[in-house]
Amino acid sequence: MVTTTLPAQKEKAPPSTWKNWIGVIPFFIFALLFLFLPSIRLFVGSFTDAGGNFTFANILELFSQRVIMDAFKISIQLSALTAVVGGIFGFLLAYSVTVGGLPKPMRSGLITFSGVASNFAGVPLAFAFTATLGRTGIITAVLKNVFNMNIYDQGFNLYSFIGLSLTYMYFQFPLMVLIMAPALDGLKKEWKEAAQNLGASNAQYWLKVALPVLLPSILGSMILLFGNAFGAYATAYALTGGALPIVTILIGAQIRGDVLHNPGLGFAMAMGMVFIMAVSLGGYSWLQSRTERWLK
Amino acid sequence: MTWLSKIRKVPFWSWFWFLLGVLYFVLPLYADFEFSLKMERGRLSFKAYEMAFQDPEFLRTFSYSIMLAILTILVSIALVVPTAYWIRLKLPQARRIVEFITLMPFVVPAIILVFGLIRIYSSPLEIPFTSIILIQPLTNFKIGTNILIIGGYTVLGLPYMYRSVDTGMRTVDVRTLTEAAQSMGANWGTIIVKIILPNVRTALLSGALLTFAIVVGEVVLASFLGIPAFGPYLFLLGQHRAYEPTALAFTAFLLTWAAMGIIQLVTGGQGQAAGAH
Repeated sequence: MVTTTLPAQKEKAPPSTWKNWIGVIPFFIFALLFLFLPSIRLFVGSFTDAGGNFTFANILELFSQRVIMDAFKISIQLSALTAVVGGIFGFLLAYSVTVGGLPKPMRSGLITFSGVASNFAGVPLAFAFTATLGRTGIITAVLKNVFNMNIYDQGFNLYSFIGLSLTYMYFQFPLMVLIMAPALDGLKKEWKEAAQNLGASNAQYWLKVALPVLLPSILGSMILLFGNAFGAYATAYALTGGALPIVTILIGAQIRGDVLHNPGLGFAMAMGMVFIMAVSLGGYSWLQSRTERWLK
Repeated sequence: MTWLSKIRKVPFWSWFWFLLGVLYFVLPLYADFEFSLKMERGRLSFKAYEMAFQDPEFLRTFSYSIMLAILTILVSIALVVPTAYWIRLKLPQARRIVEFITLMPFVVPAIILVFGLIRIYSSPLEIPFTSIILIQPLTNFKIGTNILIIGGYTVLGLPYMYRSVDTGMRTVDVRTLTEAAQSMGANWGTIIVKIILPNVRTALLSGALLTFAIVVGEVVLASFLGIPAFGPYLFLLGQHRAYEPTALAFTAFLLTWAAMGIIQLVTGGQGQAAGAH
């Protein structure tokens, strides 16, 4: 088949006719089958009672069930803690290899490793942390033999909130490094020179120029980290075996067998999770658009 | 220059945070590796690796996961490349909506996705308002669950594959290439396979490797759909063995590193993050 294009048409934007949509139909069919239909099913299910009638009862029951509220609370605390601590630590790391004055090879090494670590999660990560901080883990053993301190007697437990937080941190702060390194590169040399010419100290430059410019980006990235932890299931399940009832673990149990004794409630819980994820992604993109004014 | 000012030139805090980061990275891996060598009493050996690799169940599940990864990559490429190409060439107004769809997996995590997939496809798909059954429940037979998991994995990899390919196409003059090919009599299939694909091969490679890294260790979709993949196998192994799982965990780390290292190499440092957490 030979089609020719007239030179005159070259510069014009292609006319928007229905024919032009043919090329993207397969993509939309795929999205419908594997993304939209499942999401719609959960959405509809969360507003449907056992008899198939429309109801708000499932959504309302979310707030009255102690188990569910606790799960959301733990999940939010876990995600917020690892997002803030991981975010600060990741920022400092990104700082140290970009404008912090470390030699160039350190930077590419750290970026590569961050790429690996942010992808190294789930079951293998849980095993690695068991070998590190479990009852017979390396750090546990060193603390016991060298410092004569048994952290498990002091109340530490890897299979608990604090242990899971430390484990999540392993994929949280590398993600921050990956996002913040380009943003820190965007800080213009002229700003620092201008500040110095006006007699500003390094601390003043950071507090009054650099941090205000970077702040939306830092906050936005932390929100992204929050979502990253909030949706995590495999790491928590492999590490705690479901003992720490976060939202994803509860949803997993609901899929396996109706533990909430109400399918509609399970759907509502899933929707609650999607809602929180959507709000955080929205916040991220809003903050990101505010950063781009400066860092381009 | 006195020694004092020399010391002041050394960015102390930068080194401090950097080394702390390195420690956080390395310690769990070191601990895992050391533990995996301790299977034989009193000496270090690769016995755990030997045992783990010899398990026929490992070979079966691992090769199954690799097969799933390859199929997912092929499906993703077949889906994403023509779509991104078409949008660049003919339908720029669809860019925003398609981009939005590819970012949906960030809002719908794996556990929610599999929840919805199971609920939709565990009942027969009927033509609306009739009782004519279009497809039997996909979750009831093997090919059905395999279709579901490859579809699900494609969704999970979509953000990375699409962004990678779209960035790759930005550097290529799609329109001129297309017109040149058309004027020589090439049809759409030929243009995509012989002109577009080779021009975005770097982008495809990095998208494919990220997809590979996601799929091979993935455990959520596989275990809920009952697929005999590597992720669920490793999880079960961890419940009743001590040394072999840590050996396999370290192997998984090396694999992830290999995938990311190649991406760094081919894209020149454009690191990306994915995740099946």
